[in-house]
Amino acid sequence: MKVRAQIGMVLNLDKCIGCHTCSVTCKNVWTTRKGVEYAWFNNVETKPGIGYPKDWENQKRWNGGWVRKPNGKIEPKMGAKWRILAKIFANPDLPEIDDYYEPFDFDYGHLQSAPEMKAFPTARPRSQITGQRMEKIEWGPNWEEILGGEFAKRKADYNFEGIETEIYGQFENTFMMYLPRLCEHCLNPTCVAACPSGAIYKREEDGIVLIDQDKCRGWRMCVSACPYKKIYYNWESGKSEKCTFCFPRIEVGQPTVCSETCVGRIRYLGVLLYDADRIEAAAATPDEKDLYQAQLDIFLDPSDPAVIDQARRDGVPEAWLEAARRSPVYKMAIDWKVAFPLHPEYRTLPMVWYVPPLSPIQSAASSGALAMDGEMPDVKSLRIPVKYLANLLTAGNEPPVVQALERMLAMRSYMRARTVDGRIDHAIAERVGLTAAHIDEMYRYMAIANYEDRFVIPTTHRETVEDAYDIKGSCGFTFGNGCSGGKTELGLFGPKTRSRAKTPMEVK
Amino acid sequence: MDLNQIAFGVYPYIALAVLVLGSVIRFDREPYTWRSGSSQLLRRKQLVMGSVLFHLGVLMIFGGHFVGLLTPIWVFDALHVPHSAKQMLAIVAGGLAGALALVGGGLLLHRRLFDPRIRKTSSFGDTAILVILMIQLLLGLSTIPVSLQHRDGHEMLKFMQWAQGVFTFQPGVAGYVADVHWVFKAHLMLGMTILLVFPFTRLVHMLSAPIWYLNRRGWQLVRTRRVLPRRAETLPPVYSQSIVAARRPTPLKGAE
Repeated sequence: MKVRAQIGMVLNLDKCIGCHTCSVTCKNVWTTRKGVEYAWFNNVETKPGIGYPKDWENQKRWNGGWVRKPNGKIEPKMGAKWRILAKIFANPDLPEIDDYYEPFDFDYGHLQSAPEMKAFPTARPRSQITGQRMEKIEWGPNWEEILGGEFAKRKADYNFEGIETEIYGQFENTFMMYLPRLCEHCLNPTCVAACPSGAIYKREEDGIVLIDQDKCRGWRMCVSACPYKKIYYNWESGKSEKCTFCFPRIEVGQPTVCSETCVGRIRYLGVLLYDADRIEAAAATPDEKDLYQAQLDIFLDPSDPAVIDQARRDGVPEAWLEAARRSPVYKMAIDWKVAFPLHPEYRTLPMVWYVPPLSPIQSAASSGALAMDGEMPDVKSLRIPVKYLANLLTAGNEPPVVQALERMLAMRSYMRARTVDGRIDHAIAERVGLTAAHIDEMYRYMAIANYEDRFVIPTTHRETVEDAYDIKGSCGFTFGNGCSGGKTELGLFGPKTRSRAKTPMEVK
Repeated sequence: MDLNQIAFGVYPYIALAVLVLGSVIRFDREPYTWRSGSSQLLRRKQLVMGSVLFHLGVLMIFGGHFVGLLTPIWVFDALHVPHSAKQMLAIVAGGLAGALALVGGGLLLHRRLFDPRIRKTSSFGDTAILVILMIQLLLGLSTIPVSLQHRDGHEMLKFMQWAQGVFTFQPGVAGYVADVHWVFKAHLMLGMTILLVFPFTRLVHMLSAPIWYLNRRGWQLVRTRRVLPRRAETLPPVYSQSIVAARRPTPLKGAE
């Protein structure tokens, strides 16, 4: 056993209202720079839909994630090391920027500077790559917002695998959910494995996966290797960039920007302890449907004395062990099993987990009678097909998703009985394999969701390895030399490029 | 000191000195600018075919020049390779590789000049180095008709003597190439100029060709702030992970 700690995240999709506050605050902090205008370290997709970049879940096309070879070992779907290296001159698995979208801005200045005209002046779009006029915007980071676009295109959604899609195109049967996405900070990241420069690494202390910007050479294999398409190639700096899990904030015990600003309080951050020795075996589980359980099995019980003992020997600080015992992520993912990893079949062992959303009762409208399972509605009658959620969260394995949805429904029935009828209904809790105390706690964490319950983040003990005097007055987060912002205005080696996207607007 | 002496006796040392010092300083001072500068994300069209042909051709040419110019002639003599055969090999292999690189480079140059996305995002250096390389390719290919008039390989020997003389610091090396055809001289001059501008362009990415990747142990990389034991082998075995120290400044060569 080799105990390591990681800060994991849970997103309670049942409460996500799709407001994009997470995406916008993330963008304002991290990707307002030239070269990454098109990049959203966090984006919110409306499902069903093909997503951003287009069709990202289709690994037959992009070759992301891992495959299990006949000999029981895993290797990136892109191929062995020599196969990856052979793609270096031109990478056939790399999306083009149009698969994300061509970044644009609008000629807002024209609204103020236009002369008197018969028609209202308009702010027309302009490409942020070429600076040229864009006659029509063809695609954007959230083009399918709230079921935008025709169903014929959205039904290419990979999660419809094994589902008869036709009826979901009808207005009466349509369904939707929001899926906020960010880097999964996987236990078995393919991006790290595929980087020929060795620039991407996982941090031992908190599990955050980062790209060493000084070591990245822009071979762009990571972009293909990541099955979530959460590594972005900065076309100006020629380096890849990704979600940093806001590590400067995490290190001092603050939540990530997306979590902090979530108005729906859907995000949770907490410590998970895992056994690093069992990662490989878990990722190489033969049946894809067992991957969810295999990943659960490598998490360690932070209250187990043997685990605590070994964790101390492996250098996990005491504050982290305490945080692990209070971790909301551990409660939701392991204790209550209401949170699931995103696409475990990629074999990356992702560490950003999702609580599946409940949805309106489907059959009530058509039949006038609810399909009831005892006192609770049958989760099979929910508008979002369980199979769809299972394809998204458990590689198609339905029972765990059904159990999670039932537990969330049970929480509602239990609380209704408690607050309306004034009685504690132990039967409801027991039917879903929980106790009344569990449900009280679930209610506290998932419905009330207080700040201090959602975010249990121990600080990083940098003082033990760094002399604070050495970093006095230095810049916390820089690109390149000194306090460089990554852009060299003048210099022998600097990538001085001509100005492209003009902000002063033409009047035409 | 005549012009020939300056061009082929002094200029090589200037070019090589700038190449070495410039590259070292850039690698040390400006690692963030050290990249391949791929534009595949912006436009895939013409890049796949162009880049593959260009790189394959250039790598073959590079290998040919390296081995052909810098291998002492006694090695060929010991292997009983006649000079005329070496000359023909250079003409045929070089011609083929040159043709590959020319087609690929042509595609890339066309894309760079006429694709609005690529043109607008290219720096002066990006376009200039591609144009220079294409001129150099054309110059190299146009030496073939001249070489065909010296199939015995005695002209080729001059270049070998010159190149090896430069690297062994022999005085008067410029004399070896004083009387060769002007096409060769132009090719040599431009070649040295490419070495001169090398550290200031995206060409530096070839120094980072990640062949070491093939030898990486396992798949995963983990960095730690812990003080690591001197020998990485003493670390407990963890799933195909190389553990490297991550103390500031970031060590580039970790204990893998």
